[in-house]
Amino acid sequence: MLSRTADHLYWMARYTERAENLARMLDVNCRMTLLRQDEDAVQRRWGSTLAIVGQLEPFVAAHGVVTQAAAIDWLSFERSNPSCIAACLGSARENAHAVRGTLTSEAWETLNATWLEFGRFRQESVTAQATGDFFEWVKFRSHLARGVIQGTMLNDEALEFTWLGTYLERADNTARILDSRFALLSTDVERADEAGDYYEWSALLRSVSAFEIYRKVYRDLITPRRVAELLVLREAMPRSLRHCMERVHGTLSRVANDRSDETLRRSGEIHAALQYGRIEQALEFGLRHYLAQFLVRTADLGARIADDFLVSEATG
Amino acid sequence: MAATKILDEMHADDASVRPHYRPYADWLAAMPGDRIAEKRAEADLLFRRAGITFAVYGDEGGTERLIPFDIVPRIIPASEWDLLQRGLRQRVTALNAFLHDVYHDQEILRAGVLPAEQVLCNTQYRPEMQGIDLPMDVYAHIAGVDLVRAGAGEFYVLEDNLRVPSGVSYMLEDRKAMMRLFPDLFARCPVSPIEHYPDLLLETLRSVAPAGVRDPTVVLLTPGAHNSAYFEHAFLAQQMGIELVEGQDLLIDDEMVFMRTTQGPRRVDVIYRRIDDDFLDPLAFRPDSMLGVPGLLTAYRAGRVGICNAVGTGIADDKSTYPHVPDMIRFYLGEEPLLANVPTWILRRPDDLAYALAHLDQLVVKEVHGAGGYGMLIGPQASRAELAAFRARIEADPARYIAQPTLSLSACPTFVESGLAPRHVDLRPFVLSGREVVMVPGGLTRVALREGSLVVNSSQGGGTKDTWVLAR
Repeated sequence: MLSRTADHLYWMARYTERAENLARMLDVNCRMTLLRQDEDAVQRRWGSTLAIVGQLEPFVAAHGVVTQAAAIDWLSFERSNPSCIAACLGSARENAHAVRGTLTSEAWETLNATWLEFGRFRQESVTAQATGDFFEWVKFRSHLARGVIQGTMLNDEALEFTWLGTYLERADNTARILDSRFALLSTDVERADEAGDYYEWSALLRSVSAFEIYRKVYRDLITPRRVAELLVLREAMPRSLRHCMERVHGTLSRVANDRSDETLRRSGEIHAALQYGRIEQALEFGLRHYLAQFLVRTADLGARIADDFLVSEATG
Repeated sequence: MAATKILDEMHADDASVRPHYRPYADWLAAMPGDRIAEKRAEADLLFRRAGITFAVYGDEGGTERLIPFDIVPRIIPASEWDLLQRGLRQRVTALNAFLHDVYHDQEILRAGVLPAEQVLCNTQYRPEMQGIDLPMDVYAHIAGVDLVRAGAGEFYVLEDNLRVPSGVSYMLEDRKAMMRLFPDLFARCPVSPIEHYPDLLLETLRSVAPAGVRDPTVVLLTPGAHNSAYFEHAFLAQQMGIELVEGQDLLIDDEMVFMRTTQGPRRVDVIYRRIDDDFLDPLAFRPDSMLGVPGLLTAYRAGRVGICNAVGTGIADDKSTYPHVPDMIRFYLGEEPLLANVPTWILRRPDDLAYALAHLDQLVVKEVHGAGGYGMLIGPQASRAELAAFRARIEADPARYIAQPTLSLSACPTFVESGLAPRHVDLRPFVLSGREVVMVPGGLTRVALREGSLVVNSSQGGGTKDTWVLAR
């Protein structure tokens, strides 16, 4: 398939996934602030969320103080923020538009309808009461897009590059979400000591749809160690780093071309470390350190994928 | 010609419904008003969700607009279509013969049927094509001939459109929408199918593959997602199952065309281009074009790739050539034209110029190289100031213009805000020429939605209708 087409599909999927994960993070934050009204905590929470997506500095430059309303607005609608939900949905639609002939009409119509319907939220400006509905809607549209793609598209290279974008983005996002919570919370990995911490950890799990999964898998108290294990190493957990990298590596081995050997080797290396690694090692190393390294390596993988498959070289 | 009476496609002069519209009219009469309104809203939603849009140049607000779709079909009886089909086949065959002749022996110029200087000095004449042999001697593989009915109902050819005619996607989408909205109608009325158009098009495109290529790779070359007809490009590529490429996706190596794929370069045999000649190859034509492929013309001239439509077809649909098409038909085919031309004054001729300037308020004046309804004057509807301004432009460069009488185009009942009212329509059937000349029974009907307006171009606010050719 055309490199340019693969590129559009890959970014369409990445932006769709990114919008969903942003909505997940914002949703959980909003719910948490219903529990705890402490001004400092609210500020710290939103500050760390802005930091996860690299938006703390521009936000502070524009607003000075971090407030919930301003942070939600910034991460949802702010024009100057290229990774806000609005921008992600717009970019997903733009990329889909550029390859609408490669998508099934159902898939294209779903992404287009998301963009058209989004206008409704922008106009009303999402109020405190309606934020939940808005974030639910974003998640739902992402689920729908994924389902329509999976249910209607031919299982060929176009689909491979779509899933490649989805899972690479999800790996990145899960790592960021996990990192931000570990930055905020107590360091004792065997206990979630305070009652407040319990809610924090359960909120984290909910933000990646893992609360019920946790219960099912561990049938026990929530501890940071297990949360990390679930979200990093559990193969069956659809948003875990291991699951995502398994999908990324599998896809790369199927679409391999005569330039992509090194890229495949690196994705295999990342995947093997997750497949055969133990959470104790990661915790000993320092989980935040471990995640930072993971993010560097997935970013490198993204750049290599672009070089090998997506960007057309001048000489071809 | 100058009849003031407007022909109504649906109603005869005594207000009775014409026979070929009767089943439809009965159905419509039985349809409650609120249900019609519901269906119209549904149609709107269908088109918007599918993103069937058209970008309007020079309009910053809505870069993508829906082309209004009207739910009343334009119906053509079988006998009328038979005549149109024969006339179109004849006309396009002659136009292709003309193109082959102009780029080879130029017998028609030597015979003096057309002034040689008018053809050879025209910017649409491409000397690069002189002496190049094309498969089956076909140049205009896809023609979108604009027809209108006027006076007592006779058809006239308004334009031949042999470069990159568009609109066929609306023809297909309009039918799809009608079948989805009103399935019961199709049980009552014997409407000829048109859905196989993409198959015929693909067959036509494959027929121009370089010699020896058994399973040609065909691609559609688009200027990109911001082009006004991008929806159509994507739609046709998808319907034919071919790659939709941009200039940057193609490269030339050893006079062969390749596309850049995730598995490395892959050979391309036929290009269905939706880019004008000028932008096709910056090395041969406009050097500032970012849309084309450097070296494409060389590969084409070497016979290593087929291009549809061929380079240089603009000389045959140029408005300065148009008045001579009936003579072309006589010259190449020895037949009398089945479809009439609109009488045309050629303003490079002094007599014609004098007549046109004296009757400017009654005429339609068009730029010879213009297209899409841009830069034309409709005399009877122009203000005094507009007439004066246009007169100055004509006097400055008469050879740039032709003039035609204002035809009283036929009208078809159309839903507008005040209800059902007659609006002017035209018809663009699509004629495909490969190993043979084929077309699907139908075409794109465009409708001028403003009362009294004669301009049906989508870029000027026209809408579309489903076009039904009734089966016998």
